[in-house]
Amino acid sequence: MSQINRRDILFRALALGAVSSLPACNYEDPNNPDLADKFLHAMSAWNDRIQQALFNPRTLAPSFTADEITRPPRFNAYYDISQVTVVDPATYRLQLGGQIQDKTPWTLAGLNALPQEQQITRLICVEGWRVIGQWGGVPLGSFLRRVGADTTCRYVSFRCADGYYSSIDMASALHPQTILALSFLGAPLTPPFGAPVRLRIPTKLGFKNPKSLVQLGVTNVYPGGYWEDQGYNWFSGS
Amino acid sequence: MQKPLPHGRVIHPWPLRLTHWVNAVVIVIMIGSGWQIYDASPLFGFTFPPLVTVGGWLGAAIACHLACMWFLVANGLVYFIWSLASGHFRKFFPIRPAEVWRDLRAALGFRLEHELGVYNAVQRLLYIGVLVAGVVVVLSGLSIWKPVQLWFICDALGGYSVARYVHFFAMTAIAGFIAIHLLLVLMVPKVLPPMITGGRIEP
Repeated sequence: MSQINRRDILFRALALGAVSSLPACNYEDPNNPDLADKFLHAMSAWNDRIQQALFNPRTLAPSFTADEITRPPRFNAYYDISQVTVVDPATYRLQLGGQIQDKTPWTLAGLNALPQEQQITRLICVEGWRVIGQWGGVPLGSFLRRVGADTTCRYVSFRCADGYYSSIDMASALHPQTILALSFLGAPLTPPFGAPVRLRIPTKLGFKNPKSLVQLGVTNVYPGGYWEDQGYNWFSGS
Repeated sequence: MQKPLPHGRVIHPWPLRLTHWVNAVVIVIMIGSGWQIYDASPLFGFTFPPLVTVGGWLGAAIACHLACMWFLVANGLVYFIWSLASGHFRKFFPIRPAEVWRDLRAALGFRLEHELGVYNAVQRLLYIGVLVAGVVVVLSGLSIWKPVQLWFICDALGGYSVARYVHFFAMTAIAGFIAIHLLLVLMVPKVLPPMITGGRIEP
């Protein structure tokens, strides 16, 4: 960078508080990180460790009453509601991968036949807003044990019908409020809200609740995620 | 009024200068990235223009905010511990309403003489105010970051949704302090060099 550029940027930063023009904090190209990006990645990894230490498997996310439920529910994705992927429930299969003994794919009927839990919890978006909703489904911990998953592994990964993907730590996966949700507001999930099966994890931010799951894996290899690979903090616990 | 410091004493000891300038850099990044985060889901009917925000997009702004918060808090702890140990906080007291009123009228009439090394009553009130705002901004920030794991802080502040407003207003108080602080430095520029060099009260 030339001297003039340096001075110009410094002047703008001081005069206008326009720190956004500094070559920092931009995450412009995840494959070609500059020094500031490396610093932010290192701090994000540090924040992952802090959050893992802070996570108490017995601390429950707050529950709410039926009249506190947000109506109408708020759709949110990285695309418009008109572009939602619709999965045919009749042919649906949840594929299992990684460190799992019984990798037989699950049908929707098979998942519906398992013991279910209901919750009225708060979903907090990384943007700051929050909604309260009612979800029902299969506790992920009991599902993982049923299929013989190695729960000493570090990660549970998810792939979605729309190409979205994410992953969570095993401790959070085994939390009692983490469920493979099959219903929302007392009825089967609809496509905008993750039909036929989504992850519902009230101890993490909204983007860690992937919808329309088609594959679930257990692994020790860091799986990343759609937003996580672009710079969102991986753990993103609440 | 407190007596002036003995002649030849340093006005701002190095721990104060160090924490001041670290804080100056970090608070600008925290407020700028906070404004970018605010813009993703505004609490009020306005957003902050990109010119004054840090990060460029939500993901980078959050990364900046959650990285720099550690430096803000660590630096703040060093400041508080040093201030308690060194007796620095004694310079903030006493605050008497009559003196605040007298100094405020004098300041607004541009008649308030600045005595290097001594805080006038308005300064004392503002400094204590911004320190309280600093504590509130950290506690409300923790409530927004960890409303489940740190539920006891979040509940004490009225819950997640209230904590967002508390965080915003604490930021507003700090931003207001910075505006007044910079204005006063422009009006009384002789106070700037001692914050860099330490300064000495000349015999």
